[in-house]
Amino acid sequence: MSIAYQIVVCGSIVPDPLQTLEPIASPTGPALKNEMMLPAVLDPWAGHALFEAANLAKQLPGSKVWLVSLGPKAKLQQVMMTIAQKVPFELIALDGPASGFTDAAETAAALAAAIQAIPGLDKSRLLVFGGWESASRGAGATLQLVGERLGILDQFQGVDELKPQADGSLEILERIEGGRHQISTCSGAPAVFGWATGHLPEPKNNPQLGMLNMRTVMPALQKAKPVKFAGTGLSFSAMTLPKQTRQTQIVKDKSPDAIAREIVEWIKK
Amino acid sequence: METILVLAHTEADGSLAKSAREALHTAATLHKALAAAKFIIGLVGENVQAAANSIAACPATRYLAVTGADFAQSRYATDAAAAEALCKAGQATIIIVPATARWARVLSGVAHRLGGCADTHVTGVAVANGTITANRWYYRQRMEGTLTRAQRPWLMGIDPGSQAPCNCGSGTATVEIVAVALPDAAKRTVVTGIREPKADAQTIRPDAALLFVTGAGWTKKQADGQTHVPEAEKLILDFLKKSRASLGSSKSLVDLGGEGQAVLPFLSHLNQVGQTGATPRHAKGLSTCCHGEEPHTVGWRFVNERRAISLDPNCGWARGKADVLYVADAFQVMSKVNELLAANA
Repeated sequence: MSIAYQIVVCGSIVPDPLQTLEPIASPTGPALKNEMMLPAVLDPWAGHALFEAANLAKQLPGSKVWLVSLGPKAKLQQVMMTIAQKVPFELIALDGPASGFTDAAETAAALAAAIQAIPGLDKSRLLVFGGWESASRGAGATLQLVGERLGILDQFQGVDELKPQADGSLEILERIEGGRHQISTCSGAPAVFGWATGHLPEPKNNPQLGMLNMRTVMPALQKAKPVKFAGTGLSFSAMTLPKQTRQTQIVKDKSPDAIAREIVEWIKK
Repeated sequence: METILVLAHTEADGSLAKSAREALHTAATLHKALAAAKFIIGLVGENVQAAANSIAACPATRYLAVTGADFAQSRYATDAAAAEALCKAGQATIIIVPATARWARVLSGVAHRLGGCADTHVTGVAVANGTITANRWYYRQRMEGTLTRAQRPWLMGIDPGSQAPCNCGSGTATVEIVAVALPDAAKRTVVTGIREPKADAQTIRPDAALLFVTGAGWTKKQADGQTHVPEAEKLILDFLKKSRASLGSSKSLVDLGGEGQAVLPFLSHLNQVGQTGATPRHAKGLSTCCHGEEPHTVGWRFVNERRAISLDPNCGWARGKADVLYVADAFQVMSKVNELLAANA
């Protein structure tokens, strides 16, 4: 039995992981220094979720992928120029903060409202995808909250594999402790999937696909709904960089035997 | 006045995991620091009496539990329903939860149902001038924040390994059963099994004293102009077998497979540490053939003693990040290390 799913991927942008990040105090709480100047990328685990969504939609004719993304509009546009070349999707943009210091509950409320507003949304065919944690807040909270707001009781986090079965059920592999996977079977949609890495490589850029996607991406960005967070109830008393520098002892002139002896002694100590 | 509830689930054998005892220790410390606070334990599992008895000497005054075969499984719908019922039954305002995969899946959802708030990956809880504060990391362990919330109930997921486990003794606990009526919709998901490598092939060992981090250098051309991937594989696996260390890997090494390059077949994304991988907690860490600057070194943020082997004396992964950097050929050194470990076995 082939089901045409409505796959909604929640994914935002984060500063390029190779950038130096420095927290500063702002009137609304902590922020990143020069945040708007930092180059951004699609959140890595959300990226995996998007690629898995596109792969699933390709296997099941009639399925469609939406990307719901909350972030500063200008930054979203910059990132979409690249992402749009990877896989086909329809963008739903929300113009608001993508900071790691905002509350997941407020982000989830905005995302859930955007999902509920999708024309023709059919919950019996709805799969909500996203990264199991962001590279900003890293809480693993937003998708759960989106699921709760949409009344979805079947949720999975740290997903590495999702296999639709012949009877319409879904088999899911979730990461658990000790490098293991829990295998579950869910009777079908609706369900929430917080993706870990999955198994798919990043798709190569396809400029033709990019041009096709950008026809809907640009209008979506133009009509992006502004989102403002109240930020009440959560207050930070400190945000600091860890002490990073250790006094590294450089050992250059020892033989492999001597180094090995030292390492074994250290391991056993 | 706060009411502190520790939520814990039983393991397959009915016991409590170390992470549950760590959460218990956090809660007990908080209870001591807050005047007149109440302290309750909430347990979830098929049968929880043995688990309750194992911590009967802790300062909690009530033991609540949701039990039955439906609650043996680790699934969102039943775990969230159980946690919600326990929090309501205990009228808890502060809920301390070990951030196991099972609880991490439901923590924020439960907070939403209770009209409360949640913080995950909490690495410290303290009381200052009567105000409870929590510590957690942001931007993949790049910066640490201290925060507080006025909203209640406040659920906090404690990162496993970040706290000392409680050493409260056993006894006989009186457990109050909290009834939870599950709709059929809560049973749409069924856990059918666990997939794990064979015991001798499992390279991820969270309780190991040592994290052994392998970098992409293992698969690169060596001094003779050739790659030596089979030798690298043997050296690494021999070391893991003899040292019982846990294996971590840089993203670049894990990703090589997707790029059609020679790979170490036992490595997967589950081994990956760093920005898009894990940040495991181990007492010691030994990195080999790893390269990169600060963002790449996040993988061993929570490793206490760090040593590295690299041919590059200016390696950004090690310099300023490790306690000792051995400028040497990892193939030669690890071969000798394995010989010594074999001789000492």
